[in-house]
Amino acid sequence: MRALDHLLLVPILLPLLCGAVLTPLTQGWHRLKFALGYASVLGMLATALALAALADGGYWRDGIGVYLAANWAAPFGIALVADRLAALMLLLTALLGLAALHFARQRWGRIGVHFHTLFQFLLMGINGAFLTHDLFNLFVFFEVMLAASYGLVLHGYNAERLRASMQYIAVNLAASLLFLLGAALIYAAAGTLNMADLAARVAAMPPADRGLLELGATVLALAFLIKSAMWPLGFWLPTTYAAASPPVAAMLVLMTKVGTYAILRLWLLLFPANDGSAAGFGYEALLWGGMATIVFGAAGMLSTDSAGRLAGYGAIVSSGTLLAVIGYGQASLVATGLYYLAGSTLAIAAFLLLIELIERIRTPRAAMLALTMEVWAVEDKPDEPEGRGVPAAMAFLGLSFAACALVIAGLPPLSGFVAKFSLFHALLNPPDGPIPAAGWALMTLILAAGLVAVLSMMRFGVRTFWASRVDAPPRLQRSEVLPVVFLLGLTVVMTVEAGPIFGYLGRTSEGIHRPADYIARVLGQPPVASAVEAK
Amino acid sequence: MEAVISLAIGIVFGAGIWLVLRPRSFQVLCGLMLMSYAVNLFIFVMGRLWIDRAPLIPSDLPAGSAPDPAALADPLPQALVLTAIVIGFATTALYLVVMIGSRGLTGTDHVDGREPEP
Repeated sequence: MRALDHLLLVPILLPLLCGAVLTPLTQGWHRLKFALGYASVLGMLATALALAALADGGYWRDGIGVYLAANWAAPFGIALVADRLAALMLLLTALLGLAALHFARQRWGRIGVHFHTLFQFLLMGINGAFLTHDLFNLFVFFEVMLAASYGLVLHGYNAERLRASMQYIAVNLAASLLFLLGAALIYAAAGTLNMADLAARVAAMPPADRGLLELGATVLALAFLIKSAMWPLGFWLPTTYAAASPPVAAMLVLMTKVGTYAILRLWLLLFPANDGSAAGFGYEALLWGGMATIVFGAAGMLSTDSAGRLAGYGAIVSSGTLLAVIGYGQASLVATGLYYLAGSTLAIAAFLLLIELIERIRTPRAAMLALTMEVWAVEDKPDEPEGRGVPAAMAFLGLSFAACALVIAGLPPLSGFVAKFSLFHALLNPPDGPIPAAGWALMTLILAAGLVAVLSMMRFGVRTFWASRVDAPPRLQRSEVLPVVFLLGLTVVMTVEAGPIFGYLGRTSEGIHRPADYIARVLGQPPVASAVEAK
Repeated sequence: MEAVISLAIGIVFGAGIWLVLRPRSFQVLCGLMLMSYAVNLFIFVMGRLWIDRAPLIPSDLPAGSAPDPAALADPLPQALVLTAIVIGFATTALYLVVMIGSRGLTGTDHVDGREPEP
């Protein structure tokens, strides 16, 4: 083991230690708490960048770094694995965490005693879920993440948040039980919980014995799909998103992606689409379930007039697209799916942060006016502006909203368009044979969902920015504007640097489509010769 | 023995599901607890049912001899159950706190936070 291998522990240990230090700091100390939390997130960002560079730069063989916790050889102890995919997700977590924490600096971070502590534990759970290579350890990190999120959803305690979190907690407790059932069934069938070991055993398992394992995998997938809000399982999501405070809601967007990540990782490892006799198990269900999710999300976007729910349904559409992309089972789609994942997560998170700022210009009177205009179907826009120049705050809000809408709807010139374009490119160029009917259906749905997103975002924008009279420009703090600019700037960077990013994602996708590499690397990792034995 | 245990797990889990679908939050909480008991038992059973076999290597093993795996119960599910119990206990306690908070703030113990229209 080389010195840099220890970097794998940092994304878990750093927030754990930081959260532990923050716990005894109760009232007051806001600046100190913020500074500590911020330093920890910056450390995570640096670590994620370093891990991405190590995984992509050939430091580890096959781009897979393995860390054996407590020095137990692979199938017996817990192995942490950092590959390009994990590094990418860690990077996304750190970037979003940075923006959400910065946003919380002035207001949200100050109203609760333990906001910063819970935020660090949430990051620890998410990072751990990305790094671990053991099913039961994945459960533990999911629970750490969920327990922190229960507290955070309640942050800023009011009746609406309580109601929402009652449902959120009940749904997730039930999902955790499903997770346990699935893990137990898989253990009963295969006798191991290490993912690489599991992949090796599944590949060697005779088809007759596979029933119990597939049952276990299905139950486990149900737990992940509840997190990633696939159609019949995702009704909890819009209410929770709309109720949670903005920085927390931004982090929740990432948590739905944790479920998708777990599905992607496990399915490509256990049931690779192209080889082995276990091929293709469950892909159909993911594909059609994903498409149903797109329909549900699009219908929800059209039906709602609350901004928070609009963002929630946007996240559901994005989840559905990702699940359908995974279920489609074409290797070239996964890279573009990951690009879409990063872009849509950033944009929806930015939108959720922006909503709070936008709400400040919607005084009750303005909201009523907008409603009246809708009811009476007033279509003509005012011919000339009302003689008052648009103040800078309004210009910022309008432009940022337009940028969010462009990415979520997938219109040029931002990253949403690049993502959709490359999705279509991959769908239209299947590696073998003609395009299947499911491909056409998926393309139609993605196009239709984009159209619906344009419609509902435009409706919201018109009501908010044109139809409401602004008496005084809303007061925006610099610490609230910067994170939104930062997140949207990232989508611009993703658009400009699409070439190198797609290069990285292409290598990521190739890597995760070779489960044999993981089996060889994880099971072949030698434990460190201990100091006692060396004497 | 297998039949009795699986029946017991099924009954407890079924009762849990029924309670979770009830409208009062205390019933939901009891349902979640029953379900988690059933799941814990289930994990335990997934390590197969053994009688009179220790999950640990006996300390009076003669020096130099390897223990016989067939004489031992599978220790891993037992460790998993311990972890699952602790985590389930903590999250259920948290739900209880939210439940009490909701009762105080909304004045009703209905899961929707308001009484249904008569």
